Amino acid sequence: MHEEPILRVESLRQHFRINRSFTVKAVEDVSFEIRRGETYGLVGESGSGKSTIGRSIIRLYKPTGGRVVFDGVELSGRLDAKASRHLRTRMQMIFQDPMASLNPRKKVIDIIAEGLDNHHLYTSARDREEKVLAILDKVGLSREHAKRYPHQFSGGQRQRIGIARALVMNPSLIIADEAISALDVSIQSQIVNLMKDIQKETRITYLFIAHDLSMVRYISDRIGVLHRGHLVEMGRTQEIFSRPLHPYTISLLSAIPKPDPRAARLSSSVPYDDAASGIDYAKGHVRHVAGDHYVLATEAEFAKWMAAPAART
Amino acid sequence: MDTPTRERILSIRDLDISFATSSGMLHALRGIKLDLFRGETVAIVGESGSGKSVTAKAIMGILSSNGRINSGSIVYRHVAADGGAREYDIVRMSQKEVRSEICGKRIAMVFQDPMTSLNPTMTIGRQIMEAMRYHYGRSRSEARTRAEELLALVGIDNPGRRMRQYPNELSGGMRQRVVIAIALSCDPDILICDEPTTALDVTVQARILELIKDIQEKTRVTVIYITHNLGVVAKVADYVAVMYAGRIIEKGAIEEVFYDPRHPYTWGLLSSLPDTAGTAERLYSIPGNPINLLNEFPGDAFAPRNQLALNIDYRLPPPMFNVGGKHRVASWLAHERSPKVGLPVELRARIQSMLSENALDA
Repeated sequence: MHEEPILRVESLRQHFRINRSFTVKAVEDVSFEIRRGETYGLVGESGSGKSTIGRSIIRLYKPTGGRVVFDGVELSGRLDAKASRHLRTRMQMIFQDPMASLNPRKKVIDIIAEGLDNHHLYTSARDREEKVLAILDKVGLSREHAKRYPHQFSGGQRQRIGIARALVMNPSLIIADEAISALDVSIQSQIVNLMKDIQKETRITYLFIAHDLSMVRYISDRIGVLHRGHLVEMGRTQEIFSRPLHPYTISLLSAIPKPDPRAARLSSSVPYDDAASGIDYAKGHVRHVAGDHYVLATEAEFAKWMAAPAART
Repeated sequence: MDTPTRERILSIRDLDISFATSSGMLHALRGIKLDLFRGETVAIVGESGSGKSVTAKAIMGILSSNGRINSGSIVYRHVAADGGAREYDIVRMSQKEVRSEICGKRIAMVFQDPMTSLNPTMTIGRQIMEAMRYHYGRSRSEARTRAEELLALVGIDNPGRRMRQYPNELSGGMRQRVVIAIALSCDPDILICDEPTTALDVTVQARILELIKDIQEKTRVTVIYITHNLGVVAKVADYVAVMYAGRIIEKGAIEEVFYDPRHPYTWGLLSSLPDTAGTAERLYSIPGNPINLLNEFPGDAFAPRNQLALNIDYRLPPPMFNVGGKHRVASWLAHERSPKVGLPVELRARIQSMLSENALDA
């Protein structure tokens, strides 16, 4: 069958205790796998837990429950030095706002080399510089940029620095949390193309977290749809878009604005109200639809959705 | 759509604005001409720094203090209930006059982030009533009745209870509805929506856009959308103006611009959107970065990023060419003596497939 997935997430739970009587259950029982060299898109509305999942995987949060296995190394529970080093070097993250995530008081070369510094991944100062310059080339920045500060760059260039910082560690998985949402349309496509080019060259794996479905559709091989901390539907991009089953997915897809005036005027968004629809995510189980396509449903819901004619997107 | 009784409500002529910044004069708007008619929706599209928000702020008379209007006029025509018309040139009004006559009263604005545009220490009700009491001197009870009507209009249930709540008790979509209710509280002629849905989720975004459309049908308010999302534009606008580096480079009726774009920048924008079929191997991207507005340039600001730039593009800024209907384009490619360059092949194919798909639906 398939080779061992690069990342396996099993029943991940992430709760945040606010006070004695109130706990936010941001992620509830989420399981998925990411295969080597693919792009996995996580989509959902704000508060659905998509960013939390990314941050729990890379251990910015300590997961409440569940297992995360990355590259054959168990990352749940207490990390020993070896696992920690494996995680910090082989998995990297790109954040949404490149202005907020780059230290304004450091030069680009030092920002990019920070990971190398922490893990002593170079032999000499010369080697360090060479590594940074090579990465700058790769992300489409020039060598002179290394001595500048973040504020001297435009938004798109800053995001390139963010990507360079992740790439310099030569990771096998990059978590891109809304990495293009803050950029202008014409710059978004530049960054997406850059990420795709790098993937072709290095077979790197992306976990792409976003709310912009049209971009997710373009970049992802497989998609997971999140709602209220539950993964309600997952499958190959084509499967999800051609035959969405879960009412939430259908609602989400119907809301994508299309750049086609006549079609946009005819279509209207399908509302979804999970309280009114009577769907209780906790009661559902993940059920197999076809191929790689799975949906979270109870038996009755599953039968009903399967019988419904395929919705047009 | 084109009725003979289109009533012009706002006309912007040759608007030219600079900002004094620590690194010199930033020439943000470089001669804008735009007309607005009652009950219609115009979308101003552009990237950050193209001048779309500056245009909106100039219309509202709320430019920041380092802004300077070098030339031009913004004439707003108000028709009172008794039929008497009065014209105001917003550019020449003092800040005090703008405050009492225009801002919030005749022209209202919905901002991007509903959390920062609502006052967290005031109840929803008081915030909606505030403008009515200030501009029209309505009594408290009158204003309250009207505020409840407005909340119902924007689709908030149980208005009486919501009036007593604070912004933090509402969800993002609900807050944006409240902001819209506040904007509508003085029956404005023009509603400016500056990225009204960027901070909201897609599902909520669709509902807010549908709401604004409904309200427009009921109240005949003129709506200006400021956005960079072409999907939003396609859904709501009657007319589009595409801005680049402080100029309008293409404008026209929505179908003219989306189905028959003429400016290379518009081609780039439309091509860089992911294909609706999601099949293309690579996204088109416009090479380079927008120019720095601190510098002056003699020709077409888009020329350095334009693979089709002509020699003249580097020397002379293109005038607005009339390419039929309401369609205008500022590109030398539209000149009769320029080489005939058509749409990029992929974009042409995409537009073809959109049109044929729509024909099937109809």
